[in-house]
Amino acid sequence: MTAEIGQFSLVLALFVALLQGIVPLVGAYRQNASLMNFASSASLVQFLATTVAFIALTVAYVSSDFSVLNVVKNSHSLKPMLYKISGVWGNHEGSLLLWVWILALFGFAVAAFGRNLPGSLKARVLAIQGLIGVGFLLFVLFTSNPFERIDPAPFDGKGLNPLLQDPGLAFHPPFLYLGYVGLSITFSFAIAALIEGKVDPAWARWVRPWTLAAWGFLTIGIALGSWWAYYELGWGGWWFWDPVENASFMPWLVATALLHSAIVVEKRDTLKNWTILLAIIAFSFSLLGTFLVRSGVLNSVHAFATDPARGVFILGFLIVVIGGSLLLYGLRAPAMKGGGLFAPISREGALVLNNLLLSTATATVLLGTLYPIFLDAVSGAKVSVGPPFFNSTFLPLAIPLVIAIAVGPLLPWKRGDLKGALSRLKLAAFSALVIMGISWWLAEEAPILAYAGMALFAWLLVGSLVEWADRIKLFRIPLAKSWSRLKNLPRSAHGMTLAHIGVAMVVLGITASEAWQSERLGVMRPGESVTVGGYEFRFDGAEELKGPNYDYLQGSFTVFKDGDEVVQLTPEQRVYTTPPMETTEAAIWPMLSADLYAVVGEEDGKGGFATRIYHKPFISWIWIGSIVMFIGGAFSLSDRRFRVGAARKKKAMPVAQSPVAGV
Amino acid sequence: MRLGFLAPVLTFAVIAAVMAYALFFLNPKEIPSELVSKPAPEFKLDPVPDYGPGLETAHVKGGKITLLNVFASWCVACMVEHPTLMELSKGGKVEIFGLNYKDKPDAAAKWLGKHGDPYSRTGMDLNGRVGINFGVYGVPETFIMGPDGTIIDKIIGPITEKDLKTRILPRIQGSDS
Repeated sequence: MTAEIGQFSLVLALFVALLQGIVPLVGAYRQNASLMNFASSASLVQFLATTVAFIALTVAYVSSDFSVLNVVKNSHSLKPMLYKISGVWGNHEGSLLLWVWILALFGFAVAAFGRNLPGSLKARVLAIQGLIGVGFLLFVLFTSNPFERIDPAPFDGKGLNPLLQDPGLAFHPPFLYLGYVGLSITFSFAIAALIEGKVDPAWARWVRPWTLAAWGFLTIGIALGSWWAYYELGWGGWWFWDPVENASFMPWLVATALLHSAIVVEKRDTLKNWTILLAIIAFSFSLLGTFLVRSGVLNSVHAFATDPARGVFILGFLIVVIGGSLLLYGLRAPAMKGGGLFAPISREGALVLNNLLLSTATATVLLGTLYPIFLDAVSGAKVSVGPPFFNSTFLPLAIPLVIAIAVGPLLPWKRGDLKGALSRLKLAAFSALVIMGISWWLAEEAPILAYAGMALFAWLLVGSLVEWADRIKLFRIPLAKSWSRLKNLPRSAHGMTLAHIGVAMVVLGITASEAWQSERLGVMRPGESVTVGGYEFRFDGAEELKGPNYDYLQGSFTVFKDGDEVVQLTPEQRVYTTPPMETTEAAIWPMLSADLYAVVGEEDGKGGFATRIYHKPFISWIWIGSIVMFIGGAFSLSDRRFRVGAARKKKAMPVAQSPVAGV
Repeated sequence: MRLGFLAPVLTFAVIAAVMAYALFFLNPKEIPSELVSKPAPEFKLDPVPDYGPGLETAHVKGGKITLLNVFASWCVACMVEHPTLMELSKGGKVEIFGLNYKDKPDAAAKWLGKHGDPYSRTGMDLNGRVGINFGVYGVPETFIMGPDGTIIDKIIGPITEKDLKTRILPRIQGSDS
């Protein structure tokens, strides 16, 4: 029964979404309040219907209902409960259902919290949200129905791909979808603004929190994905510039740009057209990512099982949504009026530079991702574009961006003083020099880029702290007064500082782990020792063991530093039975200064085992930095200006009291 | 000025056109083998326990067209093409050799025992070294070997009905006449 309930709810959701997409648009055109209000009720019903569908599929998975084809293909009765649940979205059909559910959830959130939105804007936003829902529901029902039955029902399922049976990956897709779908809200706002023909600061105040939330979720989603690659694939790499990784990275880059340009719209009422375009492009990249992953156009290790019918549907959907919205932009945007003027050296100017660099970086990633398809289409040659292309095009754009991050917040709006800003960054420049000296003195010789990376880290970290200390006048007025300034500072200001420090941490992690990694690959016999990165790894042997739904070879290393035992590392090589597949579980001992990373492999037949040992300095900071960036975003999001009903609860204290900008 | 605002939609039109072309006419999985029309690399392998004599280069130079099928007991897609191989070997139209890729000897023997053995000879490529020399990219793959041991063609993934009709059968019949 549950599968039929789910199926019925999806059909219901489709019809409601169709009405939600049409009725409010008509209402807004005729200025008919009751037709416009229909949008809110429809989004509630759509949310409830998709919730029922999602619960129905979850019930089918948890109870191992093997009369449902999707459960047979992706689950197994012996699978641990966590992966029975994560199996719901660990496949094409279920992940789309999750997508549709989040879409309905966010639409409902706009309806519920948007009481202070102008009536016609709200109606139009929800209508666009409804139309996106129609597209996805049609896709689910016609090409990817998760509730399809199978008769006769088999006794057991085929199991979930073992690579996906992992806590990191269980939560990677939901976070990514929260991000992708969060961008659908900013998209709907952009389209609604184009239809209305006006953008005001109130519009930006609504767009920015949604962008922030989407950006935060994308940050966590991408970080989880790279962390998974780091410990599960067993080669110590964490980013491969794989098409599917790029597909999630491009919306993040554009969302980062949008986050910053929306500030300019909000504070200075300018850059409106550009911000609208970014909002459209950000969601377009979310859709493009979906297309690339599911259509079979690109070959990737991450790709879902592909089906040409799905590819055709998604491409048609992309053309309607992206082509349609960009065309609307081309026709309506020229009529929008720009706002205040500003000098090139100003906060606005710095944010424009940020946007230029970020969008150029996105363009290079897009080029590298699509180039193999282009070349194949034009000349029939098969190539793959690898890390060398991306490193040599992305880095020259990332370096000036990181330098500018420290400068931008120090410039005032309208007209700034670059010399003044730079003189306040003396301490940052000094720390950059010091850290270059230290790394040259302490560490082994490395390429010049490594020292540049360390300098960038120090520059951005100290630069952000200097700006933050300036705001609270640290050490220039008594500490108690600084403390009260600190408490009065808007949360978005703290959020910005935190997020920028997070970027600095990521720069440190990438630079140090790439430049000063040491490794040793080779066969080791029990009792043998090797020294890697100043740590002595003693191989104590390996044994065959049995896990819940796999057999595994467990190797054992004891690690010493200067003769003292540091840790026992027990990497595993697993062989799953359903479906049959081998996976590597690296053993990692993360420390703030470095990760110790060990992998055990096949026996060589003479009592030795293939082993890989890495010492990766500061690599944890990549993920710590990502979390700090997310916390920064969350801080910003909790700013009172964005809170529900903040306008009504506003006290006598004027908002303009704080002349500072947020992230 | 107005045209500038249309630049994004025009750029997207180009991207969409290329993707449509890729979707309908290209297949990213089809990677041409560097080795097609080159002689088979030298190798000599022990058989899967109890399944036929071992396999070496001389066997694929037997003066007639043969198939070299890369398989493994852990490979799900191999089960898909397995009936096709059984059918081919029963008909006696072509000799099929099995290259057992990165497998455990017991597991491979059990697998052949359970599903049937279409191979006249098998070789165990335990560490995948021979596979690398052949440019094996995934399992299953099937190499069509010429009478003198040159690689005529390579089928990636399970052998489909179409592969059988257009790539395998014409060549076998061609060699008989």
